[in-house]
Amino acid sequence: MILLLCTAFAAAQTAAAPPPAPTAEDRIRELEDRIIALEGQVRMLQQQATTSQPAAQPAAPAPAQPLETVAATQPSDAAAQQPQLGGAPSMAKALNPDIAVIGNFVATAGHNPIVESPSLAVPETEVSFQAVVDPYARADVYLSFGEEGVDLEEGYLTFTALPRNFVAKVGKMREYFGKVNTMHTHVLPWVDRPLITENLLGGEEGLSDAGFSISRGFAGPKGIYLEATGQMYRGDAGDVWSQSGKRDVSALAHFRGYGDITESTNLDIGFSYGRGHNDLGSDFLTQLYGVDATLRWKPLRRAIYHSFLARSEFVWSDRQQFPARQRAFGFFTSADYQLARRWWMGGRFDWSDRARAAALTDKGGSFVLTYWPSEFAQIRGQYRYTNYAEGRNANELLMQVLFAIGAHGAHPF
Amino acid sequence: MKSYRTYAIIAALMGAMLFAGPAEAKQLNVVTSTTDMAALAQEVGGDKIKVEAIARGYQDPHFVEAKPSFLLKLRNADLLIAVGLDLELGWLPALVTQCGNGKIQPAASGYLDASQFAEILEKPTGPVSRAQGDVHPLGNPHYWLDPDNGRRIAKGIAAKLAQMDPENAAYFQQRAADFEQRLAQAEKRWQQQMAPYRGRKVVSYHKSWPNFARHFGLDVVGYVEPRPGIPPSPQHTMELIGQMKRDNVKIILVEPYFDLKTPNSIASKTGGKVVVLLPSVGGEQQASDYFKLFDYDIQLLTSAFQQVK
Ligand SMILES: [Zn+2]
Repeated sequence: MILLLCTAFAAAQTAAAPPPAPTAEDRIRELEDRIIALEGQVRMLQQQATTSQPAAQPAAPAPAQPLETVAATQPSDAAAQQPQLGGAPSMAKALNPDIAVIGNFVATAGHNPIVESPSLAVPETEVSFQAVVDPYARADVYLSFGEEGVDLEEGYLTFTALPRNFVAKVGKMREYFGKVNTMHTHVLPWVDRPLITENLLGGEEGLSDAGFSISRGFAGPKGIYLEATGQMYRGDAGDVWSQSGKRDVSALAHFRGYGDITESTNLDIGFSYGRGHNDLGSDFLTQLYGVDATLRWKPLRRAIYHSFLARSEFVWSDRQQFPARQRAFGFFTSADYQLARRWWMGGRFDWSDRARAAALTDKGGSFVLTYWPSEFAQIRGQYRYTNYAEGRNANELLMQVLFAIGAHGAHPF
Repeated sequence: MKSYRTYAIIAALMGAMLFAGPAEAKQLNVVTSTTDMAALAQEVGGDKIKVEAIARGYQDPHFVEAKPSFLLKLRNADLLIAVGLDLELGWLPALVTQCGNGKIQPAASGYLDASQFAEILEKPTGPVSRAQGDVHPLGNPHYWLDPDNGRRIAKGIAAKLAQMDPENAAYFQQRAADFEQRLAQAEKRWQQQMAPYRGRKVVSYHKSWPNFARHFGLDVVGYVEPRPGIPPSPQHTMELIGQMKRDNVKIILVEPYFDLKTPNSIASKTGGKVVVLLPSVGGEQQASDYFKLFDYDIQLLTSAFQQVK
């Protein structure tokens, strides 16, 4: 600490050195300025020393922050109007990374003849560790503690200082296919995931795998932001891709265009393509094609009170299997409106073939109401109707309580 | 069939991306998180820099949407000036991580945290917890609303610009000195206007004004928010009304991005007046630079004080 102070003092002295002050008043002001400069230097040094990285850490998106991370290469975006759990980090973080825990409790009422959910469950508790590694990279690790065990939900390094504005990631990641696949459960605007996730994109948790990703943004015409991403993975993701031999890697490409229509309204469109080998062996491919579109509205002067987000994702799956190749299609379309600072309502329509039996189509719809008692807790109710291909219906009521402690959050965008 | 063709396509795309680099600009490209930092940078940078702010002056600086269009601004920045003290925690780090510009990463030389130059009030003394509110954990980040801090920040920015562009060092120092002089002039005028109202008690919506209040001798005795970042609750509002009646407080300062419902109802119950004061340059068209921001606010305040006697 003494060393720090000395350094700060020396730095302050070399930095200041103004011409001699003529009056006593000026001299006092001069002295005041020096003390303030010194205090500032000490603050900066303390930050560097205690966090191993200077400046504010991307810990928590402040409350009410649009989760919708418009800024994403991996848009961990949740509805623009959905509450982002998490808050300010404490100063006591010392040399540790920012740590946060997000608990998720779900209660289900009603009957589902096809996919029976437990009446009460803690589907996952997410523990995250985030830190800037050095001026060139940052690390984000998310562990998911289920009732049965621990899983590495994501864990990767982001290289932030590559030449030519490239951004690269290595590690385990949610694959950049569409929007919802990149989002963690607790940032979704619903309790569950849409039917396309279950039927076409890898099952319950979606597509995630170990691999690397490289991405770059471009300035398009009229201020449009364009972004291209290429990813390569081991080739094990949900029930979509699996690796029978080392060469069975999967590849993914994503293109994105984003434009501000007005300062409050913007449109975000993405195209995704994924290709890998399926569980029948190295000679059997599954290819995925996706289109996603998001329209957001958030008036800047009242950003914390009102917002609207409409989103659709369309997915085509082409799976080689016996006896015949299966070409399946599915989509969802949803809208969410923020009524007031603490209240959101939304709905979703689902329609999806099944990847392994494209002739079977499931349909459904949901209505969601979300309340946010504080920045660190969220209560959500969802009514869900599903019409399964087998001809059976399910009417369910899902209740969710989410809470966050620690310096959570921000999912890397 | 093997997947080589796909990989060849991806490799070709990557190659194409490599050659699509931007051209270098001659002026220093400065991006700031808020309009106030942009205004101060412009004062000292003159025509040797190009400066652009991310947030608008009428946006709540705590809650800005991290739009991808901002990535394009950040990508070509030589210098990023942030307010710091976690003001931009919810949006700026995400953008910086994503922009692919190594120069402005935290710890890199093109990242300037302006809070190091300013006098910071309301620094937490004990352990920090959520019980104290959510958005000011490191001290009050609305520090630019004291002209003395404006002067110090401008000086700090000038020193940084001089270091990044040594050829124009004298130019930046000259402009900083000129700014200081003009600020001292304006200060006399502002102090004169505010002199009759020194010591007046006011309440504000958010804790945006401690530096302003101290500089101009106002006494902020309460807040519409129970704690920074927490929306008003009925119980807190009742207490505030009681306090305002007891202390005869008539002025409620509200930032332009807050809903006026609660402030208006407080005003009607206390015979007070709601004043939508601007915390940032560009909050209204007239408040187009650092001087005009204070001109605007002081004009509004003094006329409000006159109206409530
Ligand atoms: Zn604040």
